[in-house]
Amino acid sequence: MTKPRDYDSIPGTYVYDAQRGRIGYPLNMFCMSLNKAENRRSFKENAAAYLDRFALTPEQRRTVLERDWLGMLRVGGNIYYTIKIAFCDGLTFQDVAGMMSGVPKETYAQMMLAGGRSPEGNRFKDKIPPETGHG
Amino acid sequence: MAKIVAGVACSHVPAIGVAMDRGITGTPYWDPLFKGYEPAREWLAKLAPDAAIIVYNDHASAFSLEIIPTFLIGVADKFPIADEGFGPRPVPVVLGHPALAWHLAESLILDEFDMTIANEMPVDHGLTVPLSVTCGQTAAWPFPVIPLCVNVVQYPPPTGARCFKLGMAIRRAVEQFDEDLRVVIYGTGGMSHQLQGERAGLINRQFDTAFMDGMTRDPVALTRITHTEYMREAGSEGVEMVMWHVMRGALDENVAEIYRHYHVPASNTAAGLMILENRSPS
Repeated sequence: MTKPRDYDSIPGTYVYDAQRGRIGYPLNMFCMSLNKAENRRSFKENAAAYLDRFALTPEQRRTVLERDWLGMLRVGGNIYYTIKIAFCDGLTFQDVAGMMSGVPKETYAQMMLAGGRSPEGNRFKDKIPPETGHG
Repeated sequence: MAKIVAGVACSHVPAIGVAMDRGITGTPYWDPLFKGYEPAREWLAKLAPDAAIIVYNDHASAFSLEIIPTFLIGVADKFPIADEGFGPRPVPVVLGHPALAWHLAESLILDEFDMTIANEMPVDHGLTVPLSVTCGQTAAWPFPVIPLCVNVVQYPPPTGARCFKLGMAIRRAVEQFDEDLRVVIYGTGGMSHQLQGERAGLINRQFDTAFMDGMTRDPVALTRITHTEYMREAGSEGVEMVMWHVMRGALDENVAEIYRHYHVPASNTAAGLMILENRSPS
C-alpha cells in the first residue's frame, strides 16, 4: 500500500505521482503519439480505430472518446499529455481548464482576468486536516 | 575563463509564444504583458552574452513517460523546434554550444550530479518562449544555447535545495572552462498556476511576490519550500519554480535585482520575469 501523501489534502488537484503513473502510462503514451501530424490525422478521422493501437482500459477509452477531461485525470491522465487531445480539437489550455473547473468559458476567462482563482478557501479539502511528512 | 554574468527568471507559458507567432502582442489582452518585456530585451541586447544555459522542463515533447530524466543536458550543435501537438513554433532552430555543454556534462557528473546527456533532442516552448520573450522575433537567436532539462512532469521533481546545488555546480564548471565566455543562465517556468482539476486557474500573487523578493533577500530559505507547499500555495504546476533555484544557485551570494515584471493572466498563469546580476566583489 502506498502511504497517504500530504498533497492528498489539496482540493481539485491530481498529482501525477507513482500511483497515477502506473495506471496512466498507456493513456498518456497514446496522447504522446499525437505529437505527429499523421497520427493526429488518423485520430481525427477515426478515433475509435486509432485508439485500438493502444492498450487503454475501457474507462480510459471512454474518457478520451467523450472528452471527459476530469475523468482522464482520474484514470491516470497527465495534463501535459491529455492537452494534446484538446489541441486536436482546436481547444486551448484555458478552454480545458474552464471545463475541468465546471464553469462556462466566459466565466473562467473573467476569473483569470480578475486575478485568477484565490488560494483562500482552496488550500485544503473540507474536514481533512493538514498532514505532515512526505513532500 | 568563462563566467556566469547574470541570471534571468522567466515564465514559459505556451500562449505567450502563440501570441508572438500570430502577431497579436499589441491586443489589449497581451499588451501589458509584452510592454513589460521590453526593458528585459534592451538589457539583454546590451549585455550581449556569448552563450546561455536555459534551465527548463520538457512538456511531453522530446521525452515521453518512456524515459524520465531528472536532470539532462543537451550537447548537440543544434536543437530543432518540437511539434507539441499543434505543429512546431515558427522560430529559428536553436544552436547549441557543444564544447561548453560537454565540459559541463563531464564536470557536473564528476562533481556528483549524474546528468543524462542528450545528443539529439527537439526543444519545446519551455525553452523557446523565454528566448522569444527576451530576444524578440528574430531570424536567428543571438547566442548559442545549452538546454538543461529538469523533470517537473512526473512527481517528484528534484527538490529546490538540490536544484540550487546543481546551480552552484554549474557555476564551478563554467568557471573551469578555459575560453573567455560571458554566460547568462535562465531559470524558467512558474509562477503560480494550475492547469488541471477543479482547482484550475489558481493564482497566488502574495506567494509569487514573496518568492521574487526572496531571490535577492534569502534565496537559501526559498530552497526549503516543499513540493506540497508549492502545489498548495502556487498551484500544481507552480512547482516548476524549483527551476529558478538552479539559476539562483549559479549566481553570487549577493545579487542585485535589475528588473522585475509580473503580470496576471497569461492564459492560466501568473507570468513573472526577473533579471539578477552578480554583485560580489570579484
